[in-house]
Amino acid sequence: MKYEAVIGIETHVQLKTKSKLFCGCDNDARDKAPNTTVCPVCLGLPGTLPVLNEGAVKLAIRAGLALNGKMGGVTKFDRKNYFYPDLPKGYQITQFDQPIVGPGWVEVPVGDEVVEVGITRAHLEEDAGKLTHPDGADYSLVDLNRAGTPLLEIVSEPDMRSPAEAKAYAQEIYNLMRYADVSDADLYYGNMRFDVNISVRPFDSAQGKAGSKQLGTRAEIKNLNSFRAVERAAEFEFKRQVDLLEKGDRIVQETRGWDETKGKTFSQRSKEEAHDYRYFPEPDLPPLVVTEAMIKAVKDALPPLPPALRRQMHAAGLGGSEIEVLIGQPELMALYARVNQRQLDHKHLKRIVNWLVGEAQRIVLEHGYDASQIDSDAEDLIKLSGLVEQGKLSSTAAKQVLTEVIQNQAHDVEKIAQQKRLIQVSDAGQLEKIVAQVIADNPQSVADYRAGKTQALGFLVGQVMKASRGQANPPMVNDILKEKLSNSENLS
Amino acid sequence: MKSDAITRPIAELAEDVRSGKLKAAELVQACLDRIEATKQYHAVLEINPQALERAHEIDRRAGQGRSDGRLLGVPFIAKDNFLTRHTHTTAASAMLKPFRAPYQATVIDKLEAEGAVMIAKANLDAFAHGSSTENSDFGPTKNPWDKTKVPGGSSGGSAAAVALAQCSFALGTDTGSSIRLPASFCGVVGVKPTYGLVSRYGVIAMGSSFDVVGPLARTVEDAALVLDVMAGRDPLDATTIERDAQTYELTDQKSNVKGLKVGVIKEYLAEGVDPEVKAAIEAQIDSLAAAGAKVSEVSLPSVGLGLACYYILVPAEISSNLARYDGVKYGHSAPAAKTLAETYDLSRNQGFGAEAKRRILTGTYVLSSGYYDAYYKQAQKVRTLLTREFKAAFERFDVLVAPNAPTVAFPLGQKAQDPLAMYLCDVMQVAVNLAGACALSLPIGLAHGLPVGLQLIGPQRGERTLLKAGAAVEGMVGRLEVAV
Repeated sequence: MKYEAVIGIETHVQLKTKSKLFCGCDNDARDKAPNTTVCPVCLGLPGTLPVLNEGAVKLAIRAGLALNGKMGGVTKFDRKNYFYPDLPKGYQITQFDQPIVGPGWVEVPVGDEVVEVGITRAHLEEDAGKLTHPDGADYSLVDLNRAGTPLLEIVSEPDMRSPAEAKAYAQEIYNLMRYADVSDADLYYGNMRFDVNISVRPFDSAQGKAGSKQLGTRAEIKNLNSFRAVERAAEFEFKRQVDLLEKGDRIVQETRGWDETKGKTFSQRSKEEAHDYRYFPEPDLPPLVVTEAMIKAVKDALPPLPPALRRQMHAAGLGGSEIEVLIGQPELMALYARVNQRQLDHKHLKRIVNWLVGEAQRIVLEHGYDASQIDSDAEDLIKLSGLVEQGKLSSTAAKQVLTEVIQNQAHDVEKIAQQKRLIQVSDAGQLEKIVAQVIADNPQSVADYRAGKTQALGFLVGQVMKASRGQANPPMVNDILKEKLSNSENLS
Repeated sequence: MKSDAITRPIAELAEDVRSGKLKAAELVQACLDRIEATKQYHAVLEINPQALERAHEIDRRAGQGRSDGRLLGVPFIAKDNFLTRHTHTTAASAMLKPFRAPYQATVIDKLEAEGAVMIAKANLDAFAHGSSTENSDFGPTKNPWDKTKVPGGSSGGSAAAVALAQCSFALGTDTGSSIRLPASFCGVVGVKPTYGLVSRYGVIAMGSSFDVVGPLARTVEDAALVLDVMAGRDPLDATTIERDAQTYELTDQKSNVKGLKVGVIKEYLAEGVDPEVKAAIEAQIDSLAAAGAKVSEVSLPSVGLGLACYYILVPAEISSNLARYDGVKYGHSAPAAKTLAETYDLSRNQGFGAEAKRRILTGTYVLSSGYYDAYYKQAQKVRTLLTREFKAAFERFDVLVAPNAPTVAFPLGQKAQDPLAMYLCDVMQVAVNLAGACALSLPIGLAHGLPVGLQLIGPQRGERTLLKAGAAVEGMVGRLEVAV
């Protein structure tokens, strides 16, 4: 029997507010000493009360717009009660039955197709602290810097049918949150975490549809922090569940963890052991009314998001993989957008896009990129493309200049090219002199070429390039050589 | 200085300190002496060691004409569930016995900004759970009128301290009755403001959607002044409401009840009320009518459900509010615990008394999946219904009247082993908290030789009318003084 996966994903997104969700503490705990960005409120001291950060509400609305989510009206907060040392109050303030963002949807590019994934809801909640267990110690350490950080939990419908779709969805949520400027979405620091819910059901391959409408028993894989982990964990889990069914075993509803090094999921707790969180309305926070005016104000300030950007780039003749590379690197996307404002002809645009998705991407990934350079770099790229167009730079030489511009923040591309002796000699008279000299100095190769050994031409071209210290225009050298070699008059 | 200076009106004391006629330090010292002289009543848990120094500083500045404030030099005592800088804050619970707060409640800051001097922390039922102050882990407070009787609770220490003239006023909290009941039992004035009028920031939470902070004082006038200093929105408490621009102080010296529409809550005078208490209340109602108030009966049919509803919703919030006391971060931590689970189990088992445990269990139960709809949700519906009934009544009446409790102060130990009997003390008061309305208790006479308090209830934000009505009644009956 054939099976298909049914996958839904819960995504925790850390919002990039200045302060925490319910107090004034610094929200950026990256690289801070433990328990230094804390106050009585986020430490859960007696007598403290939460006050909702309006900035977090605005970011949640931004995210809601990116998710095409239903918003407006009354939303409220609830307490989720459980004991854990990283949870200072003994409860987490979250949203249970009236989330700030209601049903929505996102378009997810998967290869050349677009899959629509439903969004069930997205709600605001506070993050917990962090526990560390020192090796060999009989104690654990609690760091509450992260306690109270605003999170948006985005819950998808079980609309994904393969690990690849799950990965693409995770990536697209990441893109949306970054473009909506909702989160730093720094995966390394756990700014985004994914919980993958997966079940399997029979698939009727003859009819190309599910053999059963009913969903199988699901497992939830918690705390995945990369797209690759989402895909690999889903792949492993799909296979594990299919194997169980094939053997005639039952799948138990449970929470599972992901072991990155072993590439395996493992059981954490079953449904029977699940907590009863005793949700009830948070009495310390009055209900929040999200008005149409609030939504409009956020919407008016919202930058273009990936779906719109894709449509624009597609219309400009860019290919699917180029588009995804640019979307995946907002700095490159911004460079592209700046360049594109100049309405260059297609040849220039294509050349610059090639640089962006090739050399520039490599540099940005390796060295990072200072976004304040975007305007001047865009101008430099356009000039650089002009130099190639005029034959003053070879495409290889152009890449060297590009590196200086993007990586070392150098400007004045022509000067860089000159300093690096990259400007090509395209003066026919000057090139002819060099070619004549090379032909005179290499009679054997000339003879070989004439005898039909065409590879001798390459050697001669190489000699011309060497004589010109690499600055000769290769296509011109090629043409002049061929012409002179076929013309016996020029032989001395 | 005459030792009874402390019983003079607060506004006069502040004026005399400002003018130098009276030294804040003398006033504070007199109170500290009085606390020492009456310590057998156990109203106070801890003296603020900084109080005298602060009073001297106030006097120094007053001498230079640089000290001002509507409560200048006025000594007060805070219930020990207010976080304060220079003392422990224990909530009278073994759980918080070692706890010293790193910050201070908003209302303490506000009172200090007007020159008041916090001299001590008052006893209470642990975590404010109780109606007699016998549930204090540090021993009960005794009623100033009769040492063998309870002072009421949970703000029993605060009420007794005012009755014993240990301070000019005291702070209490009222979740279901905790200001009004002890005020009634000790013969002082207690005001339970509208929910949200006074900041809860820095006050140890009991039932967050019920808790209010209010003054206990010798007169309605004093209570009104203190309320005016404390009232208003606090950016640190999202549930506070904007106050209006007018003062809550009683500016009109001769309040009267002429034309005041008074509704007598029928259900609270029906049965189960001690005949002497009932007679005192009814006599007072008659004199109100005689003085020109328009008195008639009003029925609030759902108030009978109030106590049941209260003892579902409040424990639910308590079970969550007390979760932070886990032995990990502050307060009591069981030294013998070897694992995390033991830290939780032993610390909470040792730190919480029987009443806190009872409420945690009840609250956990009513919030559990499968029971939430049957208990918590139903109780919320009753709460909405009650709120509506009160609202409807206030369309016809300016204030409602009722007894505070079915009896006067009862003997120490009488109900300590019977939680239900203890809960029933609050039967006439919890509905006000469910409805978020305001109320006050003021002494109107004695029954069985002990004070009887009249409960006046106003609509949400109805404090001004409520206080005026209270002052008018006070003018009719005079003050009740205990001789200790």
